[in-house]
Amino acid sequence: MTAEANPDTLSIGQEIKLARRRRRLTFARRLLTHPSFLVGFVILVLFTLTALLADVLAPYGPTKINYRSILAPPSAEFWFGTDAYGRDVLSRVIYGTRVSLRIGVFVVVMTGILGTLLGTLASYVKWLDGLIMRSLDGLMAFPGVLLAIALAAALGPSEVNAIIALTVTFTPRTARIVRASVIVVQGMQFIEAAHAVGASHARVIFRYILANALSPLIVQLTFVFAVSIVAEAILSFLGVGPPPPAPSLGNIIADGRSNIQEAWWIAVFPGLIIAVAVLGLNLMGDGLRDILDPRHSGARDKT
Amino acid sequence: MIRFLAYRLLSAIPVLFVVSLVTFLIMWLVPGDISAEIGGIDATPADLAAIRERLGLDRPLWERALNWYGALFQGDLGQSYTLNRSVLGAVMERLPVTLSLAAIALMLATLMGMLLGILASVRHNTWLDQGAMVTALIGLSIPDFWFGIVMIILFGVWLGWLPTGGFVPLSEDPVGWARSMVLPSLTLAITQMGVIARMTRSAMLDVLGQDYIRTARAKGMRARTVIFRHGLRNAMIPIITVVGVLSGVLLSGAVVIETVFSLPGVGRLIIGAIQRRDFPIIQGGLLITACVFVFVNILVDMAYAWFDPRGRDDS
Repeated sequence: MTAEANPDTLSIGQEIKLARRRRRLTFARRLLTHPSFLVGFVILVLFTLTALLADVLAPYGPTKINYRSILAPPSAEFWFGTDAYGRDVLSRVIYGTRVSLRIGVFVVVMTGILGTLLGTLASYVKWLDGLIMRSLDGLMAFPGVLLAIALAAALGPSEVNAIIALTVTFTPRTARIVRASVIVVQGMQFIEAAHAVGASHARVIFRYILANALSPLIVQLTFVFAVSIVAEAILSFLGVGPPPPAPSLGNIIADGRSNIQEAWWIAVFPGLIIAVAVLGLNLMGDGLRDILDPRHSGARDKT
Repeated sequence: MIRFLAYRLLSAIPVLFVVSLVTFLIMWLVPGDISAEIGGIDATPADLAAIRERLGLDRPLWERALNWYGALFQGDLGQSYTLNRSVLGAVMERLPVTLSLAAIALMLATLMGMLLGILASVRHNTWLDQGAMVTALIGLSIPDFWFGIVMIILFGVWLGWLPTGGFVPLSEDPVGWARSMVLPSLTLAITQMGVIARMTRSAMLDVLGQDYIRTARAKGMRARTVIFRHGLRNAMIPIITVVGVLSGVLLSGAVVIETVFSLPGVGRLIIGAIQRRDFPIIQGGLLITACVFVFVNILVDMAYAWFDPRGRDDS
């Protein structure tokens, strides 16, 4: 604090370092005091912990069949009731968060990498721009998760194929967002300055352009995470996700759909968990956008 | 306006080309030998070879692509493996159900969303604003297909007010048709209205902060006229953009919701085809739905140009 009070005594290097630290601190403080980000963050942490500690938390095995307690309603013994095979719905839901988290993380990472690659390439290499963007436009012409459903159906039902299908579906919009923000940054004066002092292309791209174009990408990836959790459930529900008896949340909801007349609890609980997780991610995304990208607060689209 | 329409139609061509190419290539992604699945366990190698030849599976990829496009330009999407009829006929027969479901849901979502958004913006920073935005966000976070199941449990199984699924054609029994459409369209609308509510709110807040709104208020104009004539009208453009995006989300949502409510639309056709490994139907359903979406987007752009004359000429 004393250093801040008399900046005259600092060298330029020290001053830059101090400014950087101050910026990081205010950023973290602004995030953690942003109510919706904080709530969302807590939800995500709880969700992640549930998935990681599934072996400890789940009272029964997720595929353990128990013919003496078929379609039992929620009770002290089975908090979320049991399904048509007498499997404990709570345990299946807990293990199901694992599948959701795994798919969500992989889709986010792959979408992030592919989106950045394609977006940067399109904005940097002029003759590729048209080709890449028109291809992405074509992929975005398939409404919602329809393309993912068809891809997963063709590749065959499995977790890996679900990840591939969802990555192909969510990459186009992400690449578009990266391209748009890279183009904005490219036109800025400090990029010209970096080129002028002889920085290499790679250095300019990674150190300056991408670093400054990151905010919209981070916000977008938060939403991709949320949409992937829902999309995984849709794929599983339709029978093109990780095949049963794997305890994915969508599979459990599908079981619930077939027992809808006599056992409401099978479908209701896994869906609630998805809704809470997605709500958390949406809150986080909104908070991040408020802080990182104040111009675009308010509405957003769902893909 | 005509020039703008022509430009939009032309720019749809590369999109449709990619759409059709991707649709064609999906078939090629299928691992293993499709003929073995069609022929069944009892098929002899000669049977399989015959199936492959009939479907053109023994040809190289480029030749199959040429055949696909050749047929496509004549409006031929191939024959279903299992339904014993043309893909185009099967998809077109189911399309009205999907389209009407998506359209009703879009209208409901727009109506409810704009209402919530206007309410929130007019009562900015009050509990009403907060409540409307929390409602919108919760709606956005609920998976629609699951919400459909909850609606069935609530109104179908417990209260018994509405059917738990199934479909009655409009021409046979309008009341039965309405009863079969209420839950699915409400499900979609409630889970999607949040997008519109948030966009309406932020667009309205932008507009309501303008000087001309203050002037209108200052000269003693009625609050309702200020909000709707001067406020909403100028906030329409961002809202229309979101409605356009939403039409795609709702099309895909309708496809999934049909399965939940057992409605005989394109979605259930596709899902059924996935279970029977009837790939031409999957391809056809995907292609037609994407074409509908591209067409709807052109309509949205036209609406956009109509509301905002500035964008008309600089294409």
